[in-house]
This record gives sequence, C-alpha cells and structure tokens, in this order.
Amino acid sequence: MEKIVLLGDEAVALAAVQAGLSAAYSYPGTPASEIMEYLLRLSEGGKNYRAEWSVNEKVAYEEALGVSFAGKRAMVSFKHVGLNVAADPFINSAITGANGGLVVVVADDPGMHSSQNEQDSRYYADFARIICLEPTNHQEAYDMTREAFDLSERFGIPVMVRLVTRLAHSRSSVEPREPRPQNEGRPYGNAQDWTLLPANARRRFKVLLDHQNSLQEYSEETNYNQLVLSSKGKKFGVVVSGIAYNYFKEVSAYLPLEPSYLKVSTYPFPVKKLHQLLPMVDEILVIEEGYPFIERFIRGVSDISGKTIRGKLDGSLPPSGELTPDLVAKALGLPERVGLKVTDIKLANRPPQLCSGCPHIDTYKALNEALREFPRGNVFSDIGCYTLGALPPFQAIKTCVCMGASISMAKGGADAGIYPSVAVIGDSTFAHSGITPLLDAVYSNTNMTVIILDNGTVAMTGTQPSFGTGEPLDRLLIGLGIDKNHLKVIVPLPRNHQENVKIIKEELDYEGISVIIARRECIQSLGEKKRSPK
Amino acid sequence: MKYDIILAGVGGQGILSIAFVLDNAALEEGLFFKQAEVHGMSQRGGAVQSHLRLSDKLIYSDLIPLGQAEMILSVEPLETLRYLEYLRPEGVIVSSSTPYTNIPDYPPLEEVCREIKKAPVHVLIESEKLAKEAGSAKAQNMVMLGAASIFLPLKEESLKKYIQILFERRGDQIIQTNLKALDLGRQAALASRRE
Repeated sequence: MEKIVLLGDEAVALAAVQAGLSAAYSYPGTPASEIMEYLLRLSEGGKNYRAEWSVNEKVAYEEALGVSFAGKRAMVSFKHVGLNVAADPFINSAITGANGGLVVVVADDPGMHSSQNEQDSRYYADFARIICLEPTNHQEAYDMTREAFDLSERFGIPVMVRLVTRLAHSRSSVEPREPRPQNEGRPYGNAQDWTLLPANARRRFKVLLDHQNSLQEYSEETNYNQLVLSSKGKKFGVVVSGIAYNYFKEVSAYLPLEPSYLKVSTYPFPVKKLHQLLPMVDEILVIEEGYPFIERFIRGVSDISGKTIRGKLDGSLPPSGELTPDLVAKALGLPERVGLKVTDIKLANRPPQLCSGCPHIDTYKALNEALREFPRGNVFSDIGCYTLGALPPFQAIKTCVCMGASISMAKGGADAGIYPSVAVIGDSTFAHSGITPLLDAVYSNTNMTVIILDNGTVAMTGTQPSFGTGEPLDRLLIGLGIDKNHLKVIVPLPRNHQENVKIIKEELDYEGISVIIARRECIQSLGEKKRSPK
Repeated sequence: MKYDIILAGVGGQGILSIAFVLDNAALEEGLFFKQAEVHGMSQRGGAVQSHLRLSDKLIYSDLIPLGQAEMILSVEPLETLRYLEYLRPEGVIVSSSTPYTNIPDYPPLEEVCREIKKAPVHVLIESEKLAKEAGSAKAQNMVMLGAASIFLPLKEESLKKYIQILFERRGDQIIQTNLKALDLGRQAALASRRE
C-alpha cells in the first residue's frame, strides 16, 4: 500500500483500526494524546468502531476491559503517569486475562518534556507479567501494534506497547498493510476467570505464571529482536532497545568496526539471545531509553563474571533525561563533534506561559490579591495550563503533584492547621480525580476553599472535551454536598477584578468548605471554534 | 544526499506547519525523512524546535547529532541562537529578524542579529513586514520557508502543493496569502544572496 506521513502516535492508531479494533478509550496527556485524536479523525469517515475520550485513565482502562470481556478488540492509550491512575485494573487484567484482544499503549516521557516524572513503563509490564513491545521506528510502531492484538488473543493476556516521546512525536513515512475487519464476536469471558475472588484469582495467577514460558519463547523467536554477530569486533558488544537503537545505528557507522549487538524490541527479555552474545564479548554497553531496566536484568540473570557491563549504572550513560545520538556516540568512545561556536550573549530563557487573554491570568491576579493579608495561607494546585501559575509574574501556587492532588492535599494541609487552605484545579482535572477528594472534604466539613478553573476544555493537551464543566458541574457540586451559599461563580475578566477579590475573600473567611468556580472559556478553544468551518 | 534542518521559533508561530510542508514534499519526491517535534506544554508561547532530516538513504536517528545540521531555519532571531551547536561549521542560517518579545529580558535586537551574522552563510529576513505584504502577519512561517527554499533539496512545486493542502480548509484567500508569503520570502533570500 502507499506510504503515508504519520506521527508515531498516529501509526499506532492506524494499526489498531486496521487490526480490527472495535473500541478505543483514552484520557488526554502528552505525548499520547494524538493516538486518540487520530482515531477520532479516522472514525469520522464512518468507520465502524468506537473511539472516545474517557473521564480518566482508570475508567478508560476498565471500559476497554469490558470490551475485551465482551469478546471484541479494544485499545486503551495514555501517557506514562496515566498508567499509575489505571494501575489497579491494569495489574488485575493480567489475572482475568483478555478475551477480545486488549492492547494498552503507554507513552513514556524521558526528559520530562511535559510531565512530572520519567517513570519507565517496562517495569509495569514486568510487574504485571505480560508482554511489552517496544518499537524503534514508525513502521515498527505500526507493525508491532497490529501484532500486539494477535499476541493478546493468542496468549489471552493484555499486551503493552511502549512508546517514548521521540517516537510518539516524530513524523516519518509508514506503509500500512491490508486492513482486517472487526471480529464476529466470541463468547463472553468465563465468569470463573473474570470474578477475582481469592480462589479464582489464585487459579488465574497460576495460569498467568504457567504462560510465562510461552511468552519467553515468543520473545526468543520473534524477528523484532535481532542478534547481529560481528566476526571482527569481538571484544565489545552492545545491547540496545527501542528508540536508542536509532541513535546507536546513527553513530556506529563511525566506529572502526561495527560491534556485535542485540536489538531488543520485546519483553520478556530474550535471555537466550543474550547468552549467545555473552561468550563472544568481554564488555557490553547497554543503551536503553528510560531506566536501566535491561542493564539490571542482565546483571541479575547472567553469569557475567569477568565481563564488564556498562550503561546507566556505571555512568557510561546519564541515569536521567533523554538519550541523544551524541551521548550514545560518547559512550561508544567516539570523538565529540562540534557545531558552530555557541554565542557569548546571554540567551534569555523562553518558558511556556499562559496565553495573552487567558482566564487563569485574571483568576490568579484576584486570588493573589485576596491572599495578601494571609501570609500563612497556602495554595495547592494541580495538573494543567494553570500549573504555569507557579512561574513569575504570578507565583500563585505552591504544589503540583498528580491529577486531583490539589484538593486532597489542601484537606491534609487544613487538617495540619494551614489557613486559608486553597485548592486550585481545572474543570477536567476535577472530573478526572477531584470529585472523590472533595466528597472526603465535605464529609469532614474541612475549612478550605476550592477554586475550580472552568475553561470548558482540556486546554494544555489540545482542547479535548471536558466532562465537568458549565451548569452540570454546578449541579454536581450541590450533589456532593457543597452548601449553595458557598458555591460561587465568578467570571475572570479584568473588569470584574475588584468584585472577584471580594468574593474570594468572603469564602476564605467562611469557616467550612466553599467552592468558587472561575468560569470563562479557554481562548484557544474559543479561537478554534471561530476558525473551524461552519 | 543528506540534509538536516533545525526548525526553531516560539510556540504558536507555525513551526509545525513548515514541518508539514517539508515532510510531505520529501515523501512526494521519494526521499526518506524523519521529523521530531514538540507538543504539549512547550507550545504555549515557549521556545519550540523540531529536528527535520531528509536523505536519499534510510535515516535512523530522529534527533540530529551536534554539528551535523545543514541549516537552522528560524521564525524568530533569538531562537536561532539557541541551536548554533547543531549547525555544521559551514552550515546555513535562515532566520527572521522580527523579534517575538514575550519575555522581559529580551536582549538588544542588534546584538542578536550581530551574532547571527557571524555564521559564514546567513540570510536574515524581515518576516513580519513581508508576511503583512502578503496579506497576513501570521504567514511569517511561510515567508521563512520561502527564504529557506533557495537552499533546500526540494522542488518549489512540491512545497506549493502542500501549502495548498495545508490551508485547503481555510479557503482560497488564505491559500493565496501563504503562497505569496512563500514567494516573497524566496525573492528576499535571493536578493540577500546577491548582495
């Protein structure tokens, strides 16, 4: 078929559709958002599958699991920290097993381009005892995602596809294959397998463990893992995985002899292939994007006495951040290359910032003024554009940890005596993980103020729809038990500044829980609506 | 043939639109390409960059090694200077001279331009002026693409074709504005090379 230009994320989405996907779910998060964006675009052509944003990753995962139980093929995708949110169903779905093919795509963010950590999802796959596929390029992202559905159905387990930012957000050409239709449907999952009462769970876990040999066998045999033995470069070998393979191949051409190498793209780790490499070399350099997962594994399972293992643990490669071709070249002993001399003038940084006209600007200005007379107060915040309120000129927030943590931490802070204890959270983040902690705070009648920044969209990741906005949000808050006298709606605009400061002050003064909704549409989504054809 | 380009600018200036045109033109002309880009947080008025690699042979790395780029193509002069270490010593700088001053400590523009001019081959373009002349200040990215086109291993027709496809949904007037921006950028670069 004809080659097309695709992001790594889009290659995964197309592959899923062409593997006979029946339903896909996701929650926005960089660098995974474009998987669902592309699924939505493709489905608009009337293709017969369901593609939906979910309220959070746990819900997305469980929806996909329900599709799998029903016998159809499902995919769930999110960023690495989204798997933390979905970890409960993820781990347990390895025990229930998959009925219809179930593929979980996780996009890691080494270097933390747009994330609060750089956790490595390969550990999660290992923890759940399932297969993890780690493509090196766009064509592999396509091919391996298709294969992931087959593997899931062959072994009856969910299968993980691990992407990293540099593949998810890189464009190249992909040659798709003939699509296959959705399956005709198979019988529902077996109740004894899917009801994880301890007796069932013990039996199912044993089944999963018994499967491990077959998973290992797959990894030893698949062509995605390649052992290339060099007859000349005998002393030195390389074990390389995922995107790091590209950097290795980019620079290894400059080595006097290409070393023997093992390219790893599937896990469980292909141990037999390693044992074919080991006797040939005295020294191994492990190059992998993320944590030293393979490196630690090699040190643990092989007789490496007398051999040197180099990688992230001995400092040959940096233990954090993203790999680059230059770092890999250095670890291979190649001389440093230099470009044009770096300029002497001081280059001012240009950090991301709130857009001009953004409603959050007016909210933070009013909040800062209202808090001026409370030096012992604290503002706990959350994940979204408004996290940029931590930077000058606002410096309005003191925390950002994970989705929903603003409200729970504000309650904890209030319990410890902080007054005023304020939580600032966006409407979509509130729907994602803010409702349950607010219920907790209502139950305890905690003395705190929650400000929900309702801009009607998931702005940071590209204006996806929000589940908790507008009038339904007001009703939800009343339903949670917020006193309607202390549920205030303000419109964050410069002309309302004095009034907004007054309302915020009143609610800070109120001894109990109050919620202020700062409601004005995101100027990005407003602009998109104006630009889009009627 | 191998041609590595660092694309630079500020979030919102349309770097990814330049990349769209180049990626598709490359595929059209039977070249291999890889293009790493930045999404998410950094798109909100922050520094953005993209590594774009063209070759007639298979490309492995999505990222350009230091000192390997043939060109820095930047829609903003200060952003040009962030990536000098990627440029080959004999590489080309094609940079806008129109500053985007959304930060308080922007260095004096003359100083920034003086640094750019230290590169052996450089083309400085008044992108805002030319974009306005073409019909919209937003078309600065296409002005810069036009300026770069005199060096690129891609045909002008391929670039024009994908500019049309890129702006298809926005109507004929916007297509014409962007094609004119491309042409004005190209003419300005040619004139600058003759000087």
